[in-house]
Amino acid sequence: MYIPDALDPIAAMTENLPDVLLDRHEFRGEITLIVAPANVVTAVRFLETTKGLVYNYLSDISAVDYFDLKLGYGDYGARPERFAVSYHLFSMLYGRRIRVKTYVNEDSPIVPTMTGVWAAANWLEREIFDMMGIRFEGHQNMRRVLMPEDWEGNPHRRDYPLGYETVMFSFNVDDINKHKPYAEE
Amino acid sequence: MATMATKGPNLSLDIPVETEQALGQKQTWEGSLEELRGLVSDRALTGETMLLNLGPHHPSTHGVLRLLLELDGEEIITCLPDVGYLHTGIEKNIESKSYEKAVTLTDRIDYLAPMSNNAVFCMAIEKLGDIDVPERAQVIRVICLELTRLNSHLVWLGTHALDLGAMSVFLYCFREREMILDMFEMLSGQRMMGSYMRPGGLWRDLTPDFLPALEKFMDYFPRKVDDYEKLLTNNPIWRDRTEGIGVVEPDEAIALGLSGPTLRGSGVNFDIRKANPYLGYENYEFDVPLGEHGDVYDRFYIRILEMRQSVRIINQAIKRLPQASGSFRTENRKFTPPPRAELGRSMEAVIHHFKLWTEGFSLPDDEVYVAIESPRGEVGCYLHGTGGNKARRVHFKTPSFMHISALGKMSQGHMIADLVAIVGSIDCVLGDSDR
Repeated sequence: MYIPDALDPIAAMTENLPDVLLDRHEFRGEITLIVAPANVVTAVRFLETTKGLVYNYLSDISAVDYFDLKLGYGDYGARPERFAVSYHLFSMLYGRRIRVKTYVNEDSPIVPTMTGVWAAANWLEREIFDMMGIRFEGHQNMRRVLMPEDWEGNPHRRDYPLGYETVMFSFNVDDINKHKPYAEE
Repeated sequence: MATMATKGPNLSLDIPVETEQALGQKQTWEGSLEELRGLVSDRALTGETMLLNLGPHHPSTHGVLRLLLELDGEEIITCLPDVGYLHTGIEKNIESKSYEKAVTLTDRIDYLAPMSNNAVFCMAIEKLGDIDVPERAQVIRVICLELTRLNSHLVWLGTHALDLGAMSVFLYCFREREMILDMFEMLSGQRMMGSYMRPGGLWRDLTPDFLPALEKFMDYFPRKVDDYEKLLTNNPIWRDRTEGIGVVEPDEAIALGLSGPTLRGSGVNFDIRKANPYLGYENYEFDVPLGEHGDVYDRFYIRILEMRQSVRIINQAIKRLPQASGSFRTENRKFTPPPRAELGRSMEAVIHHFKLWTEGFSLPDDEVYVAIESPRGEVGCYLHGTGGNKARRVHFKTPSFMHISALGKMSQGHMIADLVAIVGSIDCVLGDSDR
């Protein structure tokens, strides 16, 4: 069987989709391609269908919240936005992994859905919607999957306390008071 | 009640009042059919087909899995899996613990294969912190992981056969599983939730009674697999119940994100131990069994063959153990505590000991993804550090979650009795799915 030579994913992306690839990052041998939320599907489709890349298996979709209690809202250090969604793809042909990452805005956390490429994205995206409150546009069934349907809040956000109350400081007092249930007079 | 029919926009079909009442509003299910519009067929809205709740407390759902079935007679039109009843917030909990302390939580994710979760979490930490693991620790880890595979497959085989009416297989499987759990107790002091694997290696070295027990078991076990095969493999009732049921095509299986024996049953050659070797799996000789038809029987037979391959791997690992270099954990004192005897002699050891047990170790503010082949399939750990001693985010990609999400597709058009076979064949563990 003829198998085309493996391509360097970064070089292939810069050559074919220069506008899509915003940045790249290599750490411990793992390649991360950073793209804008609007281009996620384009980038992933390219990685899936191009000869020499064929990242044909969706391993995982994970989301991370860069909120830090010490820095407060609006300051996410080196990161441009508060949230990031990472797509972990695997190429069964070449036995290697890649991560496509997109930073998501805090005020309108919306990313296009990946269910059109892999049906596997269905529940993974629902889990992120449930836990991080990031919506996936175009998803057919955007409902909670792990938490009860009437649950309030998104447990995996970093400002969601773990069974105790967040300590009030002057920087977060307004935000806490917005959600804190006080006894009615 | 009558207002139900006019609620919501663009109603093409009216839900008869009797159907709403038959659902027993406020009695068994506090919801309305409106919530299911689009998820079930329109015939369910008019009451032509029946909606039936299977689970969450049903013996054949292997835990607290709820399936909302739409039935036409006994035929399944739609199957909507509902998970989350066993959600324990393990990922959130790990964010508040230092890395070493979080290992104990990972046991509880997949309680039938705790060592696999230990391993994937420790390997993610080791990758993020660039910690080396000595060869001896790696070989012992391989032994433990393959024993875990046997342990998990035995529970799967027993319960799967029990679901389909073969009672005795269950008793035999649990007899052998008990021996594996006894060996885990020798290693870690605990039968199931051992937390034996730690970042940088293992909790302690093999105990003197472990290897003799393992060798004895390796001698005894293959004959027992023959026994299971005699009971099931060519049993006409078993074949009738499983052949041609729950067929998944290879491309569909990849798109659905299936992994492990469930994916290989469809003939897709994807085993992470071969495709992306870890812990030195490239040095062991073993085969990856593949199915042809993608039905329940193939998934069953692959797991039987996998048990034989695991025995093969363990036997090679036992031979490899005396030559394996290094200790049972890394000598890097920034990540593993010094031996107790050193504390009396070395000030540095005291400092390391104090730092590790008060603060723990710190890992960089970056991300890694590590995946290994658990008994159920690809279990992945996405770990994002903060630069401090706690994780910013840890996410486990678990095979059961993916398999249950595919259940709807797999069971369409089958009978209820076949659904029980399909649920058994994907080998789901609800703790694994809900985390």
